[in-house]
Amino acid sequence: MNKVLMSGNNIIGEAAIRAGCRFYAGYPITPQNELTEYMADHMRNTPGGVFIQSESEIAAINMIAGASAAGARVMTSSSSPGISLKQEGISSMAACELPGIIVNIMRGGPGLGNIRPSQGDYFQATRGGGHGDYRTIVFAPATCQELADLTMDAFDLADKYRSPVMILADGMMGQMMEPVVFKKPKARVYSEKFILRGAGTGKSKFIRGLILDAIDMEEHNWKLARKYKIITENEIRYEEHQLEDADLVIVAYGTAARIAKGAIKRLRDNGMKVGLFRPITLWPFPELNLRALSAKVKNFLVFEMSTGQMLDDVRLSLQGYAHIDFHGRPGGAVPTPSELANVIARNYDKND
Amino acid sequence: MAKKVYGRPKSLKENIFHYCPGCGHSIAHRLIAEVIDELNIRGITIGVPPAGCAVLAYNYFDFDMIEAPHGRGPAMATGIKRILPDRVVFSYQGDGDLAAIGIAESIHAANRGENITVIFINNAVYGMTGGQMAPTTILEQKTTTTPVGRHKTLDGYPLKVCELFSLLKGVTYVERCTVTSPANINKTRKAIKKAFQCQLDSQGFSLVEILSPCPTNWKMMPIDACKWIDEVMSKEFPLGVFKGNITPEKKIAEVV
Repeated sequence: MNKVLMSGNNIIGEAAIRAGCRFYAGYPITPQNELTEYMADHMRNTPGGVFIQSESEIAAINMIAGASAAGARVMTSSSSPGISLKQEGISSMAACELPGIIVNIMRGGPGLGNIRPSQGDYFQATRGGGHGDYRTIVFAPATCQELADLTMDAFDLADKYRSPVMILADGMMGQMMEPVVFKKPKARVYSEKFILRGAGTGKSKFIRGLILDAIDMEEHNWKLARKYKIITENEIRYEEHQLEDADLVIVAYGTAARIAKGAIKRLRDNGMKVGLFRPITLWPFPELNLRALSAKVKNFLVFEMSTGQMLDDVRLSLQGYAHIDFHGRPGGAVPTPSELANVIARNYDKND
Repeated sequence: MAKKVYGRPKSLKENIFHYCPGCGHSIAHRLIAEVIDELNIRGITIGVPPAGCAVLAYNYFDFDMIEAPHGRGPAMATGIKRILPDRVVFSYQGDGDLAAIGIAESIHAANRGENITVIFINNAVYGMTGGQMAPTTILEQKTTTTPVGRHKTLDGYPLKVCELFSLLKGVTYVERCTVTSPANINKTRKAIKKAFQCQLDSQGFSLVEILSPCPTNWKMMPIDACKWIDEVMSKEFPLGVFKGNITPEKKIAEVV
């Protein structure tokens, strides 16, 4: 497979179609419009492919829920305010155990915010987002190659765990172009028993999230919790970058992690031993892997394009075993590697 | 030997309805099941029940069903039908579900000409939550949120779904009926059958509105509830076919 140069939003669309996505519904919102347009352009040329420009984000998520129940691999995409609207459907898909991919190309918030890259939706993405006791697997790609790979993997995990999976990137990731190689997708593994195709001559099936009996509802919640525990034990992904001799570790994901790598290069050129721990799955969070690091490193700095959201997870992971600093730029401001390097350099000698 | 002239439809499970005495849902359920039996489509039918009193419809209907969040039935039905175009897909919705919280999903599914059927139960109140004002509550009607009656200036006017939907080009068949008498019940069965046939013939979006008694929330005896539909409610919501131009050339284009 040759390398191709594509923009992030288009890569997600292409990877999804290659992974067998055959139903996409979306609503225009910047900075993810190229993805919706890519699906409009390519889905209807794909045998069995359906593209619908929906009347709303709410309609889009419920359309993919229906198509998922009918047996298709499905995806919808949006940006922050639109993802808020989708939460009803995401919660419902989690309850009904319907697989599906939700792409959030984050922009500045809260409210309508702006259309600049931001990481302000971390809490929403990693805490379920909608109402009720549920989680969604959240992938945080940091390169265009990862956008391709993780989009394909997202479909496999959504089927494996019968759960919505979120791809959490930001406007920078969506708009940037990089060369990418599309890997060969795996064959789909998904049992017919979870698909509604009409009862035929057999027994009828139903899919529901409403369970009026409290004990039955409790058991359904515990069943989901057991599933989330299995996901936590098996699906954690992270990258370690220049940690071998590091005495300060930056924890960052997505675009912020790219900036951090630039900062680390500058800092190391000046003799400061700084490394990066980059969660690739934000939920499940690589809690134990991060905690293990605290055995040899005592200084961490969380860097996010927000006022500090993943910071909570880092605190929960390190449990006071190490000192944690924070640097953040919310609201769509994207710091340069030099800015981050300066912030770290100023504090580097104060740590021991 | 006695000839069997009537039995329980095969598309209904043996469960006893939880609906209140005099409620129209049970009659509507039975009519849908009878039509599905008559058309012999139980095995290819997928139903989408709503949030509301009919949320447990899957306890009664014996074909595949998937529950939709409140108001989102037509969006979910759209997703199912586009993936399985040879199945019969219908959503079953109340007045709050279709005409308030789900009006966008309903109008746009209709306007896209989705080849699905909507069974719309209009009882002029939110039944399950205790009788609050619905978009179809008529003026002066008392509900728990219009304790002195619906006021046109403060609460707005009853929303007329058949009239509204029949204006849309994507819509093929629209009829309003009721279940207040054996004659009306027969007409409703015919309307439901026509709507499903419309879908089987790939003619596009069909909607059957059923004016349905809610004695509990109207605080009436069942017989008075039927009388109220005949004498008051059907004046605001006239019965009849609003759109029925089912012609072969109206066939929707195959989804590529």
